[in-house]
Amino acid sequence: MKKALSRAYMALIFLFLYAPILLLVFFSFNSSNSNVVFDGFSLRWYRELFHDSEIIGALFNTLVIALLASVISTIIGTAAAIGLQNYKKWRQKAIMNVTYIPVLNPDIITGISLLLLFVAVKIPGGFLTVLLSHITFDIPYVILAVKPRLRHVDPHLYEAAQDLGAPPLSAFFKAVFPQLVPGIMSAFLMALTLSIDDFVVTFFVRGNSFSTLSTVIYSITKRKIPLSINALCALMMLCVLALLIAVNLFDKGKTKNKEAER
Amino acid sequence: MPNEIIQLRGIHIEFDGDVIIDNLNLDIKDKEFVTLLGPSGCGKTTTLRTIAGFVTPDEGDVIFDGERINDLPPYKRQVNTVFQKYALFTHLNVYDNIAFGLRLRKTPKDVIEKKVEEILEVVDLKGYRSRSINSLSGGQQQRVAIARALVNSPRVLLLDEPLGALDLKLRKDMQIELKRIQKQTGITFVYVTHDQEEALTMSDTVVVMKNGVIQQIGRPKDIYDEPANAFVADFIGESNILDGIVLRDRLVSFDGATFECVDSGFGENVPVDVVVRPEDIAVCEPEKGAIRATVKLVTFKGVHYEMIAESCGFSWKIHSIQQHPEGSEIGMNIIPEYIHIMKKEAGTAN
Amino acid sequence: MKSKVIAVPYIVWAGIFIIVPSLFVAYFAFTDSSGSFTLSNVARIGEYTHVFVRSILYAAVATLFCLLFGYILAYIMSRLSERAKSVSLVLLMLPMWINLVLRTQAFQNILMDNGMLNKMLALLRLPESHILGTPAAVVLGLIYNYLPFMVLPLFTALEKLDISVIEAAQDLGASGFNVFRRVILPLSMPGVYSGIIMVFIPCLSTFVISEKLGGGKVYLVGNIINDMFNQNYNFNVGAAVSLVMMLIMIVTLVVFSFLDDETKEGIL
Repeated sequence: MKKALSRAYMALIFLFLYAPILLLVFFSFNSSNSNVVFDGFSLRWYRELFHDSEIIGALFNTLVIALLASVISTIIGTAAAIGLQNYKKWRQKAIMNVTYIPVLNPDIITGISLLLLFVAVKIPGGFLTVLLSHITFDIPYVILAVKPRLRHVDPHLYEAAQDLGAPPLSAFFKAVFPQLVPGIMSAFLMALTLSIDDFVVTFFVRGNSFSTLSTVIYSITKRKIPLSINALCALMMLCVLALLIAVNLFDKGKTKNKEAER
Repeated sequence: MPNEIIQLRGIHIEFDGDVIIDNLNLDIKDKEFVTLLGPSGCGKTTTLRTIAGFVTPDEGDVIFDGERINDLPPYKRQVNTVFQKYALFTHLNVYDNIAFGLRLRKTPKDVIEKKVEEILEVVDLKGYRSRSINSLSGGQQQRVAIARALVNSPRVLLLDEPLGALDLKLRKDMQIELKRIQKQTGITFVYVTHDQEEALTMSDTVVVMKNGVIQQIGRPKDIYDEPANAFVADFIGESNILDGIVLRDRLVSFDGATFECVDSGFGENVPVDVVVRPEDIAVCEPEKGAIRATVKLVTFKGVHYEMIAESCGFSWKIHSIQQHPEGSEIGMNIIPEYIHIMKKEAGTAN
Repeated sequence: MKSKVIAVPYIVWAGIFIIVPSLFVAYFAFTDSSGSFTLSNVARIGEYTHVFVRSILYAAVATLFCLLFGYILAYIMSRLSERAKSVSLVLLMLPMWINLVLRTQAFQNILMDNGMLNKMLALLRLPESHILGTPAAVVLGLIYNYLPFMVLPLFTALEKLDISVIEAAQDLGASGFNVFRRVILPLSMPGVYSGIIMVFIPCLSTFVISEKLGGGKVYLVGNIINDMFNQNYNFNVGAAVSLVMMLIMIVTLVVFSFLDDETKEGIL
């Protein structure tokens, strides 16, 4: 009874979360341009999506920005996490407090404060401002993902490598860095998804001509609502689902290996 | 130079204003098994790290084979370390862990292959070469850590409480194993532990440390039989440590009785520490003993019974093969050779 | 490993792109368009008092509902088998990765007069709703968008909870509700606080959700800021409004991190 009740509750909540999205996906196969009346199955909106140069261009921008921003922020952030360890406690704390600002600030505040900076130093909105902004909100998440990993690395690994004849730099890359790779990878993925997902910050700093997927969706849905947006949503969901399943399987494989090894 | 491989001369080390090592002098002979023994915080690990090169002394010289190596970085020293929690590279398998140092020295592939196989045999891990580190038991990881260090044929192997993480049975086995490896390879071992039994069974020389100061250096038997002070006596084995007074040469009084002893040169009517090992006390009929005591607690310890017996002024720990019921009266005798007299030291009043 | 230098690029970056922009917000808030000092922007905040009150109210209501529904969901999820746990986690996170604008658009489709909601109501022979464009639609949209952000920290806190602690409480004679009130709830408070922060702050600052679901009739602080920067181009007033919002956010953070410390001390 109790079990059935909790199952029903879960089902209801997930229905609430999924019904809108699934309906959106469902109507992406509609042959007419309606989000409410289904007139028959067609792939028309998928075709239109791929011929919509505005959306495809924005998709390209989104991917370029996301990739560049996550690579750069992963490098700067990882280096920062490693270097910060050697700072005095109070300095580390002060720097980490600053690091929390973009994480805790509402996106809209991050967006307008960066906009004010760009206006003040007269950098016109566009690719560069969007990239700089994305790097700015990505780095803190990278630091927060790598830092705990670093704490779990046995400090003797670094010494052990030196003890066996490796000079400091080589000791770091041969002994410590491999231990950080999973943390760096998840930091990179997190930065990537944050960048792809961002609407608000991009919206404020993008200027007049540069668009990413999210800002294009916003401006399109403001005018009319073509179902190619639904098709886009369906494809994005598919990608995310694939990614999540892949990550999950990867994690499972790892834990299984570990269990088997024990 | 005679056969001293490592000499520490007047080493002084401070961390954040705390003195960790104070004027430490130590000679380690080639092919010797030396153990640094002491409670945690006594500076034994710091001493080891000084030899390895991870700690640079504030004062004093570290001399290796007659040469001062204070400024030589760890990766250029001819010593290798077995770390406390092994510090194995979990991203590499057994073979790659062991080959790590050889590869850094640009050793030819076939030589590496040969050496790793040899060392795997020495540590009894043949057939484990491609296993991942996480798939090994604690004892096996321990052996990999030893092999990883030994394969580089260091002049000195430093071991920092290498058996601390193992269970009792495995620890005993590994003690014998380590001793065998040391004899087989002829490499100098400098071993750090807080386990006195481990130190006594394995070492040629034991160095007892406390608060950054060496208390005694000697062969295990000498240290056990002739502890230099009450601290060493208490730390090595179990002891009864009492306040006593040396009446004159070879005569000491403690616990309300007077005993003959073998020590002399303390003066007359001088307060001293008296150390008696629990197994050195002979239990007899109450009226035949020099000291009378009441048995308070008896515990069976396998080979012997451990008794706590109270005399007029002291609670004695006694090991005896005979069982005396709790509450019974016993007498105690101690022969002169088993009474150890030590000068009172500041801060060692028990 | 011992090098401090490699953290320098980030420190410089944080200085330029985190600290300086924050200072610019304050600078713009206290200057006029010619750049001279003025308090008039801050004084104009008074005109928007009702918008601030409305925003805080809606965000609070949405957060409360998220907490209520989210806690139950998180609790049920934390008691599932390992397999079911990871499946439900994926299900929970999937909508989070979908763009906020798309999600809100999807939700708007449902609430439209000829949308799925009214079709369902008609099926059940219930009167039609015209919810779109009302505060209720906005609050519902906030809950829809941010519920997963509440569930995640709650789930993490509840999952960590050792089952033997609950058993111990039962063993000591606590009834079902008492176990919850005296053991489960206090131990999950850190999750509650971070959940509240993760939902309340974005709810307070939204402008997309109120715009799309409020049909232009529900005006929130986020909409003021958006208008000031993207329509009226009055950056100074916009900055002043933002400054006040930052203040509210900081107060929220301080209050909840204080409460969090309190509970931690209580547990210890």
